[in-house]
Amino acid sequence: MASLGRLCLLLSLAICVYGVGACIYGVRAGREEWTRAGRRSVYALAGVLTFCFALLEIAFLHSDFALNTVADTSSRTTPAFYKAAAMWSSQEGSLLLWAWLLSLWSSLALFLTRNRLREVTAYATAILLGFGGFFVALMVFYANPFSTTTPAPPEGVGLDPLLRFPTMMIHPPMLYSGYTLATVPFAFAAGALITRQVGGEWIAVVRRFAMASWLFLGVGILLGASWSFSELGWGGYWAWDAVENAALLPWLTGTAFLHSLMIQERRGMLKVWNISLPLATGTLAIMGTFMVRSGILDSIHAFGGATLGTPFLILIAAMLCGSIYLVISRRGQLTSAHRLDSLLSREAIFLFNNLVLVGLAFVIFWGTWFPKISEALTGQTASVGAPWFDRYTVPLALILVLLSGIGPVVAWRRSTFAGIRRNLALPAGAGLLTLAGLLLAGVGHTLAIVMFSCAAFVLGAVAQELWRGTRVRRAASGEIVPIALVRLVARNRRRYGGYIVHIGIAALFVGVAGSSSFQHVDQVGLSPGQSTRVGAYTVKYVRPTASVSAANDTVHTGSTANFGAVLRVTREGRYVTTLRPSEGFYESDEIAEGSVGRLIGGQPVSHVSIQASLTRDLWSAIAPELEAPWLKRIVQIGNKTIPMSRPDEGMIAIAVLAREYLKHPPPAQFRLEVSPLIMWIWLGGLIVFGGGLLALLPAPAVLRRGARVAVRQGASALGGRPATGTTAIAGEAALELADLRAAREVKYRELRELELDYGTGKLSREDYELTGASLRGEALAILDRIEALEGGEAQADGGETTVVEPEVPAGV
Amino acid sequence: MNPARKRTVRLVVALGAAVILASALIYTSFSAASPALTPSQFLREEQPGRSYQVTGDVVNGSVRHEDGVLHFAVADRAGGGSAIPVSYTGVVPDAFHEGREIIVTVERQGSRYVGERESLITKCPSKYKVAPPSEKQNA
Repeated sequence: MASLGRLCLLLSLAICVYGVGACIYGVRAGREEWTRAGRRSVYALAGVLTFCFALLEIAFLHSDFALNTVADTSSRTTPAFYKAAAMWSSQEGSLLLWAWLLSLWSSLALFLTRNRLREVTAYATAILLGFGGFFVALMVFYANPFSTTTPAPPEGVGLDPLLRFPTMMIHPPMLYSGYTLATVPFAFAAGALITRQVGGEWIAVVRRFAMASWLFLGVGILLGASWSFSELGWGGYWAWDAVENAALLPWLTGTAFLHSLMIQERRGMLKVWNISLPLATGTLAIMGTFMVRSGILDSIHAFGGATLGTPFLILIAAMLCGSIYLVISRRGQLTSAHRLDSLLSREAIFLFNNLVLVGLAFVIFWGTWFPKISEALTGQTASVGAPWFDRYTVPLALILVLLSGIGPVVAWRRSTFAGIRRNLALPAGAGLLTLAGLLLAGVGHTLAIVMFSCAAFVLGAVAQELWRGTRVRRAASGEIVPIALVRLVARNRRRYGGYIVHIGIAALFVGVAGSSSFQHVDQVGLSPGQSTRVGAYTVKYVRPTASVSAANDTVHTGSTANFGAVLRVTREGRYVTTLRPSEGFYESDEIAEGSVGRLIGGQPVSHVSIQASLTRDLWSAIAPELEAPWLKRIVQIGNKTIPMSRPDEGMIAIAVLAREYLKHPPPAQFRLEVSPLIMWIWLGGLIVFGGGLLALLPAPAVLRRGARVAVRQGASALGGRPATGTTAIAGEAALELADLRAAREVKYRELRELELDYGTGKLSREDYELTGASLRGEALAILDRIEALEGGEAQADGGETTVVEPEVPAGV
Repeated sequence: MNPARKRTVRLVVALGAAVILASALIYTSFSAASPALTPSQFLREEQPGRSYQVTGDVVNGSVRHEDGVLHFAVADRAGGGSAIPVSYTGVVPDAFHEGREIIVTVERQGSRYVGERESLITKCPSKYKVAPPSEKQNA
């Protein structure tokens, strides 16, 4: 089986090499069958890698310890779910997961774009296959998941107990999906630059993948934070650790890209930004993958030997230099079609947003790489701690939250001071009221109060938008409020999905501010019967708990024994809850610990006990003291009398140990926390995810038809020409046509949104008419150009101009 | 002011602000950073009143719990050199164990070496190492 796996990896490498060659030859020689063959190589790669993945999973589930990966990370006693997930806890397995996900997402991307942007897609295919080939080559030459040892060891090491939690096992597939999806916009951006086709079409193609990448990355980051809080024993969710930052960086540049591409769609501006951001995101994604597994930075997660560092550095350098070269050499194509009309416009806000996000990314990048930077500059390795990060990221985060409330309220192209004042009145009022209320209530911590007020501001702004939009729709359609609201959101998914994401972000930051500023922590040693105070709560150590053997392991992680406590939490005398933290002890393979010591000598894992609620989480962890002399004696006697080869008899000693612990418990170390509002982080994340999904879904076709019909009223209905010209047009004209069609769809949307903006009071009558006239003029110019390219009898109607009056119901 | 001039002014202001902020950032990072040293480097170079990040291995047999304070010794990863006895209060990560690699911020106070609260990080035992073939022979 292993040799079959190795063979398949070699086959994958061959497919990648062939595919890259076929694409490049096909696009340069203009021979489509070769570029098609290149695209099919991606599908083939996905197929072969799926087979490899399945092979490896089967090996894990059957505990085939001949394979080194299986022996290193799994064991017969590892529960089945974790056997399957252990596959990607090792270097080799995780590389296979990465390559597999890359091949799957690339196949999807290329399938969906198979009829668009021929040349750009060809180069994008080659680049994606290049990435695939890189990861497969890493496996073939450096870290082969199918490498074996003979004779096969009888038992494996087992999955690291710290990883035996569901959140931790979904975290890599989510994160890797985010990383691999980030290579798709990278590939298309590079392809667009190479072929000099940086018009509107490539943005339309790439937008959904950028969005999907952003979603998965965000989910992956939050899962990691959630695991850290709920399962690790330190009670925090973010430590500005190098590996945490590595995933955050591409997420930040991805967010910037998602916003600023809207400007290019509408005004043809910010082209340099919009080509650089996906290139940066892809490079940062690869850099993040590299940082986790190279050990180059000191970090709690920094695994990995130096062998993989060099190939990654070469790849990142190539991506960086290639991107810079392409952008500079193609800068002629990247000039803006328009200039910024006014600083009081959504375009200006988005530009500022870009700057803040990139600034934030720079701060985090600098702090993360500081050890290497200082080493290079001063010869001395130094690192900056969490306080430094907080000092610079907190103000920037506040600005971001503020912007996320201002943006929805300002119109595209231009607004007036009066208009903005009117529209910001309610949200600002909400924010100021919150500020005043919190100050009067004597709540301390200025920064947290400011953040809460900003969040109230955002909530006010979005609520106002939803309310006004519903009102506009009801005026035209007469529906009742709930239905009008649902239809409004359904017909403007990108806009309202985005607003929902903003609410989610505001909620998330409320959670961050609350849990950082108002947390109470107590670290104390307690004996049974003793109590301690944490914040407003009294926690009493009622009695110890102990359980033995995997069968009784309530957390189902395969621990040998669990020692814990029952804690009774009260507040002002009233019972609140009972917490049951424990620590699980696992087997180790160190013979030096003795036959009994070995059974619990492995790395212990905290099983944190949390009572969560909307207002606060009660968090507790225990570190039981097993080194007490009367307990150690039991282990020592067991080591002397029980042979190493009889672990079942060793379990008897463990049971005696557990009984003794219950009868004569030594004082245990407890860490107790009251973390207010921390639930809002996870809830905010869910809201972000929901809003993002909503924005990802395509607009209903009936809407596009409606707007299109409205604009073409009176113009082109003569003759039986199909609405989307599929006439065969060669070369350059076809490319321009594709760009024009993309621009046309955007113009339709802009017209719809203009109606909505006017109806929700963002525009004065004058601005509405001015902008409407400009948009209609632009739309007509595009339509004329399309008709000219498509040929046909458009001019036969003798200059009958279109009556362009998009109906409100179709738009709203 | 004509539009072109306005744009130039905006660009200059934006760039200027960016440069100033970046400089402030870079400047403070050097003064706010704590140098990372191995135990033997630390013993050679440390000055009282300054804290340093020490990375090394926990010496076997040196771990002791006393009244909520953790005492242990940390030595160079490469072996050899002296070990620093550290007294530490705060969260002790689950992964903390004799022989494991740790990072802790240490300051000398008089004759004692005190670990800064909550600064102890234990590296997860390396799951991503690419083991040389010879290591795999023992069952």
